[in-house]
Amino acid sequence: MIETQEHLRKEFDAYVAADKKIEPKDWMPDAYRKTLIRQISQHAHSEIVGMLPEGQWITRAPSLQRKAILLAKVQDEAGHGLYLYSAAETLGVDRADLVDDLLSGKAKYSSIFNYPSLTWADIGAIGWLVDGAAIMNQVPLCRCSYGPYARAMTRVCKEESFHQRQGYSIMMQLMKGTDAQKEMAQDALNRWWWPALMMFGPSDSESMHSSQNMKWNIKRFSNDELRQRMVDMTVPQAECIGLKMPDSDLKWNEDKGGHDFGEIDWTEFYDVIAGNGICNKERLEDRNKAHDDGEWVRDAAVAYSEKRNANK
Amino acid sequence: MHALLRLGDDALVLAQRLGEWCGHAPALEEDIALTNIALDLIGQTQSYLSLAGSLDPVAPKTDDELAFLRSENEFKNLLLVEQSNGHFGDTIARQFLFDKYALLRAEHIAQQTFDLDAAAIAAKAVKEIRYHADHSSKWIIRLGDGTSESHSRIQKSINDLWEFTGEMFAADEVDIAGSIAGLLPDLSALKTQWDVEIDSVLAEATLVRPKDGAMKTGGRTGIHTKELGIMLAEMQILPRTHPGASW
Repeated sequence: MIETQEHLRKEFDAYVAADKKIEPKDWMPDAYRKTLIRQISQHAHSEIVGMLPEGQWITRAPSLQRKAILLAKVQDEAGHGLYLYSAAETLGVDRADLVDDLLSGKAKYSSIFNYPSLTWADIGAIGWLVDGAAIMNQVPLCRCSYGPYARAMTRVCKEESFHQRQGYSIMMQLMKGTDAQKEMAQDALNRWWWPALMMFGPSDSESMHSSQNMKWNIKRFSNDELRQRMVDMTVPQAECIGLKMPDSDLKWNEDKGGHDFGEIDWTEFYDVIAGNGICNKERLEDRNKAHDDGEWVRDAAVAYSEKRNANK
Repeated sequence: MHALLRLGDDALVLAQRLGEWCGHAPALEEDIALTNIALDLIGQTQSYLSLAGSLDPVAPKTDDELAFLRSENEFKNLLLVEQSNGHFGDTIARQFLFDKYALLRAEHIAQQTFDLDAAAIAAKAVKEIRYHADHSSKWIIRLGDGTSESHSRIQKSINDLWEFTGEMFAADEVDIAGSIAGLLPDLSALKTQWDVEIDSVLAEATLVRPKDGAMKTGGRTGIHTKELGIMLAEMQILPRTHPGASW
């Protein structure tokens, strides 16, 4: 029996090393299954909680076209949540249990959503920077070793890329506008830039899950590599529309062919993860309220469906 | 132009209400459904208000100018669609009563030849509203024939909103002129069809149709309930605060 396990393990490692896809019915190590469930469900939770800061601006979107685009975007996010929960379910867990973990505070979601969306420009900054960072993290996941996750991510990334462009388009429009609009855009960049860089997680020397996930082809690039790419991609985009990056240490480094940039405030990073961000409490309360208020509706749907099945 | 404003305002005000649900629905699937319906309604708003604005006798207006720079008493939507969301059952009841009416109205407009632009907008809207009506009807049935709690809640939602249904069929001079020209349906004939549709779903949902009592009207002439002003204050804040700005 031990030999069989060892054999399966070797086969699995070789399979992953050959860059092939693991499918739900294939044998996989427990730790691989667990880490995927953790990562995919956290990702799904992030999509769901991420609907809140942007959803708050649907009613205040400043034109019908912007309202329509924002509705479509937030709807996409709910869709991402749905198929990520489905991808997680292929690993033998139940969506309802995953959601319970989110609601109880046991499961994590992306800390970025614990910052408030204060002005319309925040909707631009979220699309541009937060979805931008998400894409940077997620594009490599389209080649992740777990088939259902990789396939879900392919679709997620296509939509995220549209989201990022709509965010940048909001910023661009604001920067072409009145002084008040320009100030609004700059203020949003100032507030969202550092939290967006924090989305890549702790620096490589501190990251808990990185090395094993790299071996398993769940992760392809390190946190710091991806963060560097984000900086290098964003700086010229900001310059192009006349925004100033809120980092006095930022400068081009010819030797490394990339930007040097300032140190992230890691105290803030760990503080928000620990639940002390501006909106941690509000986000969980909102999700819990929606869940509790909707219980009678879900119960009714189940009761109705049972009656129909009984009558068949 | 008045008739088109009514169509656009019904869609806009209801979309605005549905947008408030985003992230707060009873299930993820309903977050998607409600935002999707709102999105369809915003599309209808853009089409109807653009057309209405182009016909303005004083100076042509854009859809955004009509949506964001008119005051409460210039909005011509039904009182029904501006009512606050309440709980999910209240929202579904409001949607159901409106969808069945909006579908019949759009089917008529899609087929008339008095205004071909309006017909084209309505033809697209019909396809969308069919889905909306299917969604709301199915929820009325699920909630009505679900648990005893859901049954009594949705019955109360329908009872509470019933006083706003009369306005849909209370023909005034705009409706009568529109109907004579062919653009708008004859509202008394529409009511007969609406009654049949509503009764059939309520019966399947084991719900009781409320008795027609005193009906509240005013939306079509710009006399609204207090809900609309609060909604517009929120909706219009940015264009009103930054006059002339583009977004």
